[in-house]
Amino acid sequence: MKNKLNVEIPGNLEGLGKLLPYKGAFERIRNLSAEDLRTVPVKVRAVMPGTSKLTDSIEKAVERSGLKNGGTISFHHHIRNGDFLLMKVMPILEKMGFRDLVLFPSSLANPHQGVWEYVKKGVVKQIHTSGLRGDLGKFVSRGGMEIPVVVRSHGGRARAIKTGQNRIDVAFIGAPACDREGNINGITGPSACGSLGYAMVDAMYADFVIAVTDNLVDFPLSPVSIPQYQVDTVTLIDKLGNPDKIGSGSTRLSTNPIDHLIAENAARLILNSEYFKEGMSFQAGAGGASLAVAKYLSDHMTEKKITGGFTIGGISSYMVELLKRGIFKRMYDVQSFDKGVVNSFHENSEHVEINADFYANPFNSGAVINNLDVVVLAAYEIDTDFNVNVLVDSHGYAQGASGGHSDTAACAKLTIVVAPTYRARLPMIVERVSTVITPGETVDAFVSERGIAINPANKVLADSLKNSKLPLIDIRDMKKETEKITGKPDPLEFTDKICGLIEYRDGTIIDTIKQIVEK
Amino acid sequence: MKEFKLRRTMLYIPGNNPGMIGNADIFGADSVLFDLEDSVAASEKDAARELVGSFIKNRGFSNIEITVRVNPMGSEYIRDDLIAVVDGNLDAVRLPKTNSKNDVRELEKMLEEVEKEKGIGRKIRIHPMIETALGVENTFDIALSSKRIDAITIGGQDLTADMEIVKTEKGDELFYARTRIVMAAKAAGIDAMDTVYADVNNEQGLIEETQMVKKLGFTGKAVINPRQIKPVHNVFRPASEEIEWAREVINAYEAALKEGKGVIAIRGKMIDPPVVKRAQKIIAIAALENGAEDEE
Amino acid sequence: MKIKNKAQCGSLESSDLMVFVEPADSLKIEIESSVKKQYGKSIERTVKEELERAGVKSVYIKIQDAGALDPTIRARVSTALKRGSK
Repeated sequence: MKNKLNVEIPGNLEGLGKLLPYKGAFERIRNLSAEDLRTVPVKVRAVMPGTSKLTDSIEKAVERSGLKNGGTISFHHHIRNGDFLLMKVMPILEKMGFRDLVLFPSSLANPHQGVWEYVKKGVVKQIHTSGLRGDLGKFVSRGGMEIPVVVRSHGGRARAIKTGQNRIDVAFIGAPACDREGNINGITGPSACGSLGYAMVDAMYADFVIAVTDNLVDFPLSPVSIPQYQVDTVTLIDKLGNPDKIGSGSTRLSTNPIDHLIAENAARLILNSEYFKEGMSFQAGAGGASLAVAKYLSDHMTEKKITGGFTIGGISSYMVELLKRGIFKRMYDVQSFDKGVVNSFHENSEHVEINADFYANPFNSGAVINNLDVVVLAAYEIDTDFNVNVLVDSHGYAQGASGGHSDTAACAKLTIVVAPTYRARLPMIVERVSTVITPGETVDAFVSERGIAINPANKVLADSLKNSKLPLIDIRDMKKETEKITGKPDPLEFTDKICGLIEYRDGTIIDTIKQIVEK
Repeated sequence: MKEFKLRRTMLYIPGNNPGMIGNADIFGADSVLFDLEDSVAASEKDAARELVGSFIKNRGFSNIEITVRVNPMGSEYIRDDLIAVVDGNLDAVRLPKTNSKNDVRELEKMLEEVEKEKGIGRKIRIHPMIETALGVENTFDIALSSKRIDAITIGGQDLTADMEIVKTEKGDELFYARTRIVMAAKAAGIDAMDTVYADVNNEQGLIEETQMVKKLGFTGKAVINPRQIKPVHNVFRPASEEIEWAREVINAYEAALKEGKGVIAIRGKMIDPPVVKRAQKIIAIAALENGAEDEE
Repeated sequence: MKIKNKAQCGSLESSDLMVFVEPADSLKIEIESSVKKQYGKSIERTVKEELERAGVKSVYIKIQDAGALDPTIRARVSTALKRGSK
């Protein structure tokens, strides 16, 4: 069957069951079925007082968990590019003889690209993730998975866990600070990574929770992000990760003049919108230009004496700076992008850790992004219908992440996608993106160094800006102008094989990852 | 031919940097200046001139004044520079280290030859760059030496070196050269462009220096980073009081014309024809800039 | 134009390309590019045009492209050929 974006979606896929086609950003939420609303209880555990939770190796912790072949294991990616845990656990599971596991991490970053070898060996059969990088992304895009990878947004993952669509048998939680009873936080210790927003959901719903720490502190730990009553066992290892690698380059304020031009345009668009007012809430993605928007926006806010209500998201040091300066009153942090953010937790009580359910889950009584006024997001590609791809790169490989992109785009009142018109010759505006992560109906504007393209679907916004002095341009004209400079690219070629499914935040299938034809 | 009414900023782009050349026209500078001289190593002169020439020819950059700083007269490079960059899309050549009217005349001759050889109908303009003591003393002669000249410019870095002094933050040592160059430009009826402000991270310093040279009579300033464009444009934008004053002058002037009065006065001050001319220019600049940056 | 020496031009930075030329008995073009899937054919066309413009019939020319625009490719190829003919 075809979904709303005219993508052919199989009704059933072995290992993944029945698939629902995407029908529109809020269609499923508007028409919830009885099945959608079923309640899935958390597995009850009970221990005798005085039982020790400490296990002296990961093997023993896994034995204690009762993990079986085909079981689902989860990890968080809060230590990002510095994470050691997942790749430490995989060879242990292999050695213990496990097969056909479902790998269900909050995302996979560069240090995890070796996972493909465990797929080859049969240890892992399925992968559910937000992101794919390096060799693993190439492996997937070349058709390496027997069962397609499922790519989810952060909000969509919280929904899948909470609704029982995916049951986590064992959650491995890298714990930068942990006491013997399993109280955990992410803000102290040698591997401190800040917020544990994604891990918090896993701890709440997993059947068995293994805390793995390199920093066993005296009981009781404070503050507590994940409480002891959700944690079944605690294992001490020598090193969880390298916190210097938590921050990727993308979290610094860009020095590229093109990024600044884009950011100035985007900030002017916000300034001219109805949302630029006292109490405005704002989120900026981690890309160079998106973060620079925060800079220009804060300049406008200072000049017009406006204080923002809250800022939210993956948090970088630059946003911490804006909180400190009082540009925004509060900051919600589901994931900390660099080490500087960790210190802010100790210093600033307005810097609040939230979990992925609170952040972006569409199936709860109201995630905080429902209150978001403006979000600025990056893109690998955008098409003339404003659909955005942040996953499949210009070589046709899955080398990115869904993240909170589609969640925030759907919920924010003003969604702005920013990108240069071309990067190293490749135009960013295409006829149709290779893989849709965020549907065009949830995107209000595309801003580049060459101007501002308003999505004509948002007629109210388009009309309200008609008489402004903004550099408005039709996205098709921007595409034409760009191709005059770059030349028209030949399209990538894909086969019909489905290598991955892009699950929209509401659980419907919005697109697929196709197999790239190597030329 | 393209018409350029404003020349507040000229953005320097190193001639051997394809990434920056490709984006030269999007930062909002009034002119771009592809540099083949100081920013290009001797071993890369051939590559840079060919790169700049290729972009001018194949890309065009139709909405912006395109200028190239070639190597100085007497260098082994200048003729090859011109052969590579002269094109129907090129607007002006900046001649560094112009010492005398002979330098300009020699360049004019070379330009004529290359234009003829390439069958280019238009006359590419010349922007002499004054950056030697000798050049400063010859400025007026230089300004009048060719009809192709429509702007003259000062190069502060090399000039202070030639004067065997240090270029300071405040730039007092350039005062004589600046005023001399401005006066020559005004006398010749051409634009006067100021030298670059090197500290790209000091926006306040840039603004203060631009305010100072605007007061002296400069019409624009060379910039080395896109971030410097907006602050310079802001300084050169007529202030609202200035525009108001100019309107008043023009209204009074027009009323006086109607009534056949010989003497005009506003706010108790006599208004002469040069003042009316200045008022008209302010209104013209304001009209050109209208719609550029101020919105709610 | 005859290619008499090994020569090169350009850089490996983004938006640039490296061109290597070498005397050869026939025409051999080798192209590596970060955008080969989208612009491989276009780059080859441009290189051939520049070879023709320079009147070079036999050369071994190798391109390592990092997403250079067409005017850059033309300039770098042309300079490399001129350098190789000296």
